[in-house]
Amino acid sequence: MAVLLIADVNEGHLATDAVAKTLTAVKALGDVHVLVAGTGGDAAAAEAATLAGVSKVLFADDHSYCHGMAEPTAALIVGLAGGYSHIVGASTAFNKNVLPRVAALLDVMVLSDVTAVVDADTFERPIYAGNAIQTVKSLDKVKVATVRTASFEAAGKGGSAAVEKIAAASNPGLSDWVEDRVATSDRPELTSAGIVVSGGRGVGSQSDFALIEKLADKLGAAVGASRAAVDSGYAPNDWQVGQTGKVVAPQLYVAVGISGAIQHLAGMKDSKVIVAINKDPEAPILSVADYGLEADLFTAVPELVKAL
Amino acid sequence: MKVLVPVKRVIDYNVKVRVKADGTGVDLANVKMSMNPFDEIAVEEAIRLKEKGVATEIVVVSIGVKQAQETLRTALAMGADRAILIEAAADVQTDIEPLAVAKLLAAVVKEENPGLVLCGKQAIDNDMNATGQMLSALLGWSQATFISDLKIDGDKAVVTREVDGGLQSISVKMPTIVTVDLRLNEPRYASLPNIMKAKAKPLALKTPADFGVDVTPRLAVMKTTEPAGRKAGVKVGSVDELIAKLKDEAGVI
Repeated sequence: MAVLLIADVNEGHLATDAVAKTLTAVKALGDVHVLVAGTGGDAAAAEAATLAGVSKVLFADDHSYCHGMAEPTAALIVGLAGGYSHIVGASTAFNKNVLPRVAALLDVMVLSDVTAVVDADTFERPIYAGNAIQTVKSLDKVKVATVRTASFEAAGKGGSAAVEKIAAASNPGLSDWVEDRVATSDRPELTSAGIVVSGGRGVGSQSDFALIEKLADKLGAAVGASRAAVDSGYAPNDWQVGQTGKVVAPQLYVAVGISGAIQHLAGMKDSKVIVAINKDPEAPILSVADYGLEADLFTAVPELVKAL
Repeated sequence: MKVLVPVKRVIDYNVKVRVKADGTGVDLANVKMSMNPFDEIAVEEAIRLKEKGVATEIVVVSIGVKQAQETLRTALAMGADRAILIEAAADVQTDIEPLAVAKLLAAVVKEENPGLVLCGKQAIDNDMNATGQMLSALLGWSQATFISDLKIDGDKAVVTREVDGGLQSISVKMPTIVTVDLRLNEPRYASLPNIMKAKAKPLALKTPADFGVDVTPRLAVMKTTEPAGRKAGVKVGSVDELIAKLKDEAGVI
């Protein structure tokens, strides 16, 4: 049987990193077909076809899929489901919105945030903010899953799959897109960045968060934030790293003024190297950091920016 | 408009979770349990809608063990009007899967006819993030997930959703299923008089059989293990030492 991989497409661009990592997770399960949906997705479909391990790209060139709306997208996927043993996507806001809907329409459970594929029926996934790992065996005929991309390496290029245009499904007409308010930034994207610099409550204010951004820019890094910093209004929510935000696993994670609550650790503890800058010697973040610098961030960060 | 709010009894978010040595799950013995934090936000939003005159009645539902009555009483003390407990498990270790929960909630929706269901976006125990979307699918309703703002305007609701790159606004047809994110509101604490009053509010007891729903799990849990630990590293004394370590030892910059 084959695998249907639901691609994230933003403004006509393929989220290549997310798709390539999900591909690595599932490519041993069978032929992988990638679904690209939305008008203007031609380039995204062509890009998906170049990923090594994709055997076919299905392209639904229809306006109703342009903004990832759950109801029409789920209807499209359910219409295709018959030919697949697995329907998967990266654990992004898009797939977390759509795939549980698909699963319920197919009368199967969803497997959220899969971190390891043991065999065609068996998967590992974190529960309790990553404080426990559950191994579950699905008894359903079709497995619908979201994949935690931080757990997998990106598949490479070199493929040349065919792109097949498919018809749109009928739109249930339950919802309308109004607008996207997406911050544009020259920084790398948080979940695929090689280096992430995050600030916590210790940063103290929205204006002082500029310090974190300065360090990030010096390192060519993405900027993250703890939930405490987001809740305090220092940083926007789409920077949030943790159980209720994004899960990252960069080469280098720099936690500045972050105490290291369980829910934050859940989002970054698989980073290759962790640096913590904190003035509290008891901060839990120091127990997972490879390098801990006990210092006032307001002196240490500018010093770092200068020395780098 | 009647508003339905599902609430789940989960391990308190401040409790350090311990995996049982025999791999059968996490230790829930003598552990503080609370309402799932996202569900508290959903209850709060329902109460605010009632205070604004948009909602007329708030019904809270929980599905799980009989102890979830306490969770429902908390919601009643916050300001919900009545509660329904569907007792679907005898053992506190049994987690009813989102698909079964969604089927039970769909049956409750058919009986109660709410105009809006407000759910938490995920439960902090199984972290599935699925029940609201599944309920919406089963009912054939619209869905508005991960929201940080909700405006109801006649037969439509306009919501702001928290998405990966920022925010998205969508408009959904009512009735709808909304799943709430953290920044929608700050839930109130129940006052002592309201806690006392909540004891007299109606709480109906049901079972899955009353709704003809099979709650047999689709996912067999093979084992539950501790994640691979990280060992604490070294303390560095200065910024220069840190840079040297990152360059020479770790090779990451």
